[in-house]
Amino acid sequence: MRVIQFREALREAMVEEMRNDEDIFIMGEEVAEYNGAYKVTQGMLDEFGDKRVIDTPIAENGFTGIAIGAAMNGLRPIVEFMTFNFSLVAIDQIINGAAKVNLMSGGQFNMPIVFRGPTASAGQLGAQHSQAFENWYANTPGLKVVVPSTPADAKGLLKAAIRDNDPVIFMESEQMYGDKAEVPEGEYIIPLGVADIKRKGDDVTIVTFGKIYHRVAKAAEALAAEGIEVEIVDLRTVRPIDYATVIESVKKTNRLVIVEEAWPLASISTEIAYKVQREAFDDLDAPIQRVTMRDVPMGYGANMVEETLPNEGRIIEAVKTVSYKKG
Amino acid sequence: MSKDLKSKKYSKEQYLKWYEEMLLYRKFEEKASASYIQQKIRGFCHLYIGQEAIVAGYETVLGKGDSVITTYRDHCQPIGRGTDPKIIMAELFGKTSGISKGRGGSMHMFDKEKGFFGGHGIVGGHIPLGAGIAFAEKYKGTKNVNICLMGDGAVRQGAFHEALNMAMTWKLPSIFVIENNMYAMGTSVERTSNVTELFKLGHAYEMPSFAVNGMSVEDCADAFEEAVERARNGDGPTLLEIRTYRYKGHSMSDPAKYRTKEELNSYKDRDPIASVLSTINENNYASEDELKAIESKIKQTIEECVEFAEAGDFPQAGDIYDGIYAQKDYPFIKEI
Repeated sequence: MRVIQFREALREAMVEEMRNDEDIFIMGEEVAEYNGAYKVTQGMLDEFGDKRVIDTPIAENGFTGIAIGAAMNGLRPIVEFMTFNFSLVAIDQIINGAAKVNLMSGGQFNMPIVFRGPTASAGQLGAQHSQAFENWYANTPGLKVVVPSTPADAKGLLKAAIRDNDPVIFMESEQMYGDKAEVPEGEYIIPLGVADIKRKGDDVTIVTFGKIYHRVAKAAEALAAEGIEVEIVDLRTVRPIDYATVIESVKKTNRLVIVEEAWPLASISTEIAYKVQREAFDDLDAPIQRVTMRDVPMGYGANMVEETLPNEGRIIEAVKTVSYKKG
Repeated sequence: MSKDLKSKKYSKEQYLKWYEEMLLYRKFEEKASASYIQQKIRGFCHLYIGQEAIVAGYETVLGKGDSVITTYRDHCQPIGRGTDPKIIMAELFGKTSGISKGRGGSMHMFDKEKGFFGGHGIVGGHIPLGAGIAFAEKYKGTKNVNICLMGDGAVRQGAFHEALNMAMTWKLPSIFVIENNMYAMGTSVERTSNVTELFKLGHAYEMPSFAVNGMSVEDCADAFEEAVERARNGDGPTLLEIRTYRYKGHSMSDPAKYRTKEELNSYKDRDPIASVLSTINENNYASEDELKAIESKIKQTIEECVEFAEAGDFPQAGDIYDGIYAQKDYPFIKEI
């Protein structure tokens, strides 16, 4: 199978869908003439023209609302946020608009719209550019939230998101756009809400999603060398969550660690831990551990970034804690 | 323009239509008010009494494919679009026979088929949606236009300015309408900005922008005719500041102590319905019996609205999961 970059997989998903459906367009800052702040939309203006690949002013509240209005009136917009850190000025439109109109209208208006772009940290970008909001959006009924970790998942899930008739938040990472891996050509759809077991193992389950999966994968390699076999459940979608796959894995390993990039309070890990104690209480051989972003805004210094984010050392420590193999 | 000239521009039939429409809006709202006091209607309830000439004005020139979006003061706009007032009243009563199946309530009326896009509760939040509805019309290559109504309070929101800027840049077929009733809830226009002639805000985006007398349905219709033509011709949006007055408080729970009785009466003296009626009488457009017939027809309609609303069913509590996602089997978290 051919190998392409994460950004190319995203682009391929959009281009293939746009070729099939004239109602799909993309709008956002620098998506057209600049070819995308992170080159995800490179070449799309040339193929589809400025009617369907639309540069906006820096006005997230406004253009997000325009896209929602267009979705109410029969189109299927893709909105690119340069980063989800900037989506906060548009969050009223997403939460009060996109997530609510269907209910408020008694089911008259579907909302086929995708909001996509990078989430969370990407190096030493400072406090305002280093935030993971997956759990914020996942908290809201009416939305679906997708957080892929590999190029193939990115393509299959984005195609599904574009075809979905509900609003989908699709969260990527600046640090993954250059990742290369095998990606199926042409029609390749991964249904939303289905987790993927990225690594099989019998000793400890790690539930994770998005960019931070790659740190989990490295930690799992290191742990395997020490004789601890980790099973990695990549949620891929955090609204809805594929609880069944998580529970099944925990029933096999009897030990659970959850790793995510967001802050700890009211996070996806909180939710998973709640669900597992409720559904698999008697299957647990140790208290659940989690590794999240430290409970602080991100500082600039390289050592501060590393200390704040979930890192391999902390992941390994958590796995050893649930295995009672500390030290 | 003098009143005589206007009387010549608009026909007898038009005046009678306006009279019937506006009287229906007013009587509907009076009944909504009474039903609210009886606790048949709950939650927030914002009445349109005094502002009727705006809906009657744009409905004079709008066509079937055109659309309207507004705030939470939204009972009369769908009726203007042709929604049966019975199902608006049923929505107010919270019944499944309501236009939004009892899910929306007073603030969230929607009628997709009639081109009414709601019914939105966050001040200013829906203005970009209006631009987006117009964006879709341009994208699809239709000649349809969108009327986006808002209150005077909304123009201080960033969403207003962002939407106007993009609508003008992209020449969207939008008509942005500020229903300036002079008070954002209890805060007067003067207290919220140095710019109190609100139509001037459009000048920042080089948008054709005008002030209109909202107590005159003729003036409203004239202004909309020009704006709609501009939008249909592909020449872009218009901002209309329509100076109007709400006779009641901001909502049913507002005693409106921030304004004087004299001010209220000065507007009631220029009442748009009374003004149309006097034109009808001056020109002998209808006999007393014919006018009585219109009034009793409206009375009958309002009675039917309440009967229909009363007869409907409340949603089943177990139906709370319906109509949130297009996906029929969305796996909600359901515990205890």
